Amino acid sequence: MIRMLTALLAVTVLLVAPVRANAAEITGAGATFPYPVYAKWAEAYKAATGIGMNYQSIGSGAGIAQIKAKTVDFGASDMPLEAKDLAAAGLMQFPAIVGGVVPVMNLAGIKPGEIRLTGRVLADIFLGKIRKWNDKAIADLNPGVKLPADAIAVVHRSDGSGTTFIWTDYLSKVSAEWKNTVGSGTAVSWPEGVGGKGNEGVAAYVQRIKGSIGYVEYAYARRNGMAHALVQNRDGAYPEPENATFQAAAANADWKNAPMFYRILTDQPGRDAWPITGASFILIHTVQENTGKRAQVLKFFDWSFHNGQKLAETLDYVPLPDSVVKLIEDAWKAQLKDASGKAAWS
Amino acid sequence: MASPVAVGRAFEARSARTSSFRWQDALFRGTTRLFAALVLALLASIIVALGIAAAPALKAFGYGFFLTDVWNPVTKQFGALAPLYGTVVTSAIALLIGIPVSFGIALFLTEMCPIALQRPLGTAVELLAAIPSIIYGMWGLFVFAPFFAEHVQPLLASTLGAAWLIGPLFRGAPTGLGILTAGIILAVMVIPFIASVMRDVFEIVPPVLKESAYGIGCTTWEVVRNIVLPYTRIGVIGGIMLGLGRALGETMAVTFVIGNAYRIRASLFEPGNSIASALANEFNEAADPVHRGALIALGLFLFVLTVAVLAASRALIAGLSRGEGRQT
Repeated sequence: MIRMLTALLAVTVLLVAPVRANAAEITGAGATFPYPVYAKWAEAYKAATGIGMNYQSIGSGAGIAQIKAKTVDFGASDMPLEAKDLAAAGLMQFPAIVGGVVPVMNLAGIKPGEIRLTGRVLADIFLGKIRKWNDKAIADLNPGVKLPADAIAVVHRSDGSGTTFIWTDYLSKVSAEWKNTVGSGTAVSWPEGVGGKGNEGVAAYVQRIKGSIGYVEYAYARRNGMAHALVQNRDGAYPEPENATFQAAAANADWKNAPMFYRILTDQPGRDAWPITGASFILIHTVQENTGKRAQVLKFFDWSFHNGQKLAETLDYVPLPDSVVKLIEDAWKAQLKDASGKAAWS
Repeated sequence: MASPVAVGRAFEARSARTSSFRWQDALFRGTTRLFAALVLALLASIIVALGIAAAPALKAFGYGFFLTDVWNPVTKQFGALAPLYGTVVTSAIALLIGIPVSFGIALFLTEMCPIALQRPLGTAVELLAAIPSIIYGMWGLFVFAPFFAEHVQPLLASTLGAAWLIGPLFRGAPTGLGILTAGIILAVMVIPFIASVMRDVFEIVPPVLKESAYGIGCTTWEVVRNIVLPYTRIGVIGGIMLGLGRALGETMAVTFVIGNAYRIRASLFEPGNSIASALANEFNEAADPVHRGALIALGLFLFVLTVAVLAASRALIAGLSRGEGRQT
């Protein structure tokens, strides 16, 4: 009996020990879209400082719930929260990484970037009002391109996702009809089409179905060599979707007048801004008992903003422009207080 | 002859031993009872937890939740009819295809298969049952759906699509995705389950019964119809219910090929949705309590549906065994 108890004790110690050793780890949870880049940053940060960061990609909704319940040190969401919701929950938010969403198609004989579309035409396609590729609305935008008479098959995400939020937010901004009948969100009631699970599901469906059009994260379109369409931006230009144009959208956005960084990066001004850009956000508590833990979170993101750009770019994510990083760190100084009332970041 | 003292000692020792047996018996009984009670407690707590979490949605929509096919997370209007329809129809297609094929497999393996083939074929069927469902989903999406879209759907549309009454079921764009594809993938998934149960129960039919039937000149079909099936019907129904259970609750494989659209259309070529796949798709990002509640209400309903299927099969079996022994 005593031997058994000793064994039990030994097992317990073994099980508990690693948990104690990791007590200094930062924990975060939320959005799936930025997961690869946060994981990469965590690895590099651990190598540089010895402090680990454990990020669980459980979805934006769950991430918001977790940070509200204070079970994690930071939450992550692809959809920014409004300032009043943040205030009610005692949270502050800031963007951490930028990404672009691109429309992809499966049309025989059409090369990537050969087709030009406007936001309104995209909305009409996804509303089911434009049903053929040789529709006059598309043909007028693409003089000289031989458009097939194929039927258009719409492909969308079936799972709730930040990508869908960015896409539907853009369509709502450019089409009043979309805004009134469908609206924007991480999941919406689609009037048309089939749903694929995840970027990979949409990519697979688009590659499969002739005459289809869908939307995926830029990295996905690039790596799979899918034919993307160019989309007219607010200034009437047709920029190529790439890191520079996503970054331009983030840099041109009016962050200064966005309370709590509530700014969705779709349809931003500037001739070089890709119109369907989005940021992923981090949520932290403004008042926190364990301010040491929060300081660790701030240090982690500070380090990543200044040292992690190259890493993000290797994964086809877009680091924030320096001007935006400066605004974020200014907000930390102004809004976060430690237990004694002093600024938590300096 | 042993002395009375020695006998007394032996008796004492024995009664001490038996009293310790009694104590151990009680402990054993208590422990097993606890484990059994644990199952019930778990089941009850799952139902209660689902009920509590589903309350916001059920309160908001009432019975209408099960009668409307609107699913709009933006306006927070939810109805379960579309995923419910998808679940029922895909499972029905799966059984419609799965039962005859499984029956044929089991029959061939037990009645007609050369001995040398019996073992490898039987093992192959069991191996099919062990393949994880995600593999079926990926195979369905990358291999089956394109083949189905290019070769089978146009053929179905041009033949059955023109037929009277069932025509509308087989019309529409051949994308390779939709209710019919999901049903066929589910059929492939339930066949090994049903077939291996059927084979096992067919094997326990006493050879003397079959041999007597053969002896009086019955054909193989007559033996199966009049000896094997009546003897094994409880097991056969059990196998079918096992398959139905898998088809109703299957998640990943269905999500890959069903098309994930909250729609009810006449054509089986059109995309639809099932309860399990709706849950798998939307649970992660459902932050709003009504949205989450609606998803959990779907889960609760699937649970009730599964229990109902199980209860129905029990009732069927009970009815059958009551009728046993009577002359027909």
